[in-house]
Amino acid sequence: MRKAFIEVLCELASSDDRIVLMTGDLGFMALEPFRERFPHRFINAGVAEQNMIGVATGLAEAGFRPYAYSIAPFASLRPFEFIRNGPVMHRLPVRIVGMGMGFEYGHSGSSHYALEDIGVMRTLPGLTIVVPADSSQAATAIRDTHDVAGPVYYSLGKDDKISVPGLNGCFELGRVQVVRQGGDVAIVAMGSISQEAVAGAAKLSKRGIEATIIVVSNFNPDPEDDLFEVLSRFRSVVSVEAQTVSGGLGAFVAYVIASRGLSCRLRVMGVRTSSDGTSGNQPERWRKYGLDRDSIVEVVLGAVSG
Amino acid sequence: MSMAQQTISPKQMRRIILSQSRRANVGHIGCCLCVVEILSALYSSVLRAESPGDPERDRFILSKGHAGLALYAALFLKGWLSEGELETFCGDNTLLGVHPEAALPGVDFTTGSLGHGLSMAAGAALAARLQGSARRVFCLISDGECNEGSVWETAMFAAQHRLSNLLVIVDRNGQQALGLTCDIIDTSNLADRWRAFGWNIAEVDGHSLPDLVDVFSASATTQTPRIVLAKTTFGKGVSYMERGISLTQTQLPVQPINWHYLPMSEHEYQLALEEVERSN
Repeated sequence: MRKAFIEVLCELASSDDRIVLMTGDLGFMALEPFRERFPHRFINAGVAEQNMIGVATGLAEAGFRPYAYSIAPFASLRPFEFIRNGPVMHRLPVRIVGMGMGFEYGHSGSSHYALEDIGVMRTLPGLTIVVPADSSQAATAIRDTHDVAGPVYYSLGKDDKISVPGLNGCFELGRVQVVRQGGDVAIVAMGSISQEAVAGAAKLSKRGIEATIIVVSNFNPDPEDDLFEVLSRFRSVVSVEAQTVSGGLGAFVAYVIASRGLSCRLRVMGVRTSSDGTSGNQPERWRKYGLDRDSIVEVVLGAVSG
Repeated sequence: MSMAQQTISPKQMRRIILSQSRRANVGHIGCCLCVVEILSALYSSVLRAESPGDPERDRFILSKGHAGLALYAALFLKGWLSEGELETFCGDNTLLGVHPEAALPGVDFTTGSLGHGLSMAAGAALAARLQGSARRVFCLISDGECNEGSVWETAMFAAQHRLSNLLVIVDRNGQQALGLTCDIIDTSNLADRWRAFGWNIAEVDGHSLPDLVDVFSASATTQTPRIVLAKTTFGKGVSYMERGISLTQTQLPVQPINWHYLPMSEHEYQLALEEVERSN
């Protein structure tokens, strides 16, 4: 998604002088195309994320569209109050770009994992949140949300190769994408781990269980109506996310089920423990935390039999 | 003193700060009184702004947002705030809370969380430069606020980017929320610290209107951002506040910071007002 991000940003910036790219001194082998094409609109703010968001707020007040880039926890959690009191309270079009969703920074370790950013950012009304599941959806999403009047938080993956079958680059604010149809169980997924849900569904199909897969890729506005409509046909629902279970996708699905009076049962798959100090590559992390395709199969089997 | 300066007199500002604080029965009086001359200088003759909504106006960020009432007084005397609006200060459903909100015309940025305003000011200054505009940006911070690490993030950023259109004023009243700055985080060598961060330093009497106007109006002579260390007296203009005495809460120790928190009794209000009325 990182390549898609910079390509689309260059494309947008070529016809929109308001776009400025700021970085907290990260983005090696990623941001160079923008820096080379638009050197006067590229600002390395140094390793100082609070200041970066504050400067972005001042730029946006004067009419700019600043994109503030860093690794996701540094872009979101460190300057959280500056985001709240800045672009959110002022309703300004600052774009915060958090790179490396979930466990994507693998061997870099727990400081670099983005397991809380969606839950934390969802607490801010007025902040649009975009969590693409693959590169082609990221490209559409970045293009389509360029003109959102208020602030946007993008949670993006580094991986340019992940592709979620059936998604076909579709994205719409306030809507979900249904990438697979099946009548036995609904799996709701968010981010690049959606590919595990699709792979898990293929395994389930071989065992005679057909799953509908819903990809949630944005919040604020929350895709409540879409989710209600799809989930109303199911008795069993499983949500999957590479996030802690507080405030993220599972919490959202639970809210829709409870507030709309649906009778389905939800199993939330997410991270429930704090770091034990270990690290590993993303597939290993998904397995360790019970979020990989085989874990999804296991949880779904339990859901449909229970 | 020009006619323009006379339109926003420190005396009128103090009168408003006292009467509104009394009506609303709120504190933060001492920290409003000590920035009166700074705001008077800015809004009388320094800030270039035709109207609060003029995109080419100079920007002002009250990063020490707890002095919001002093800003409202200046905006009222400038004619950007009506008497009816001013009278809602600290009322219900008002845009005039203790700390300023950008939703109120005339307030450029919402503040209240110390250490935040300066970074937005740097952004505003960078924006002016990128747009080729002669806009200037002024930001008032407090000495206690310099405890915040984010202030120094911006100090480095603004120096690196040579934001000479940014002028920061430090209200050096020597007080912070639980006592004296020298007892909590000593900032007595603030000039050396900012100089080391690459800023152009000026030190000034924060109650001398002509000196403040001069230093704020001076054109930048270097490509560095500028900082004005303005020595002020907490509770300036009301002698019992300057001395740190509460006439009603007599159990409190004598310390200026009392008037960061206390509202005035009617007796205290009348004494304060008389003293302000007697002043020049």
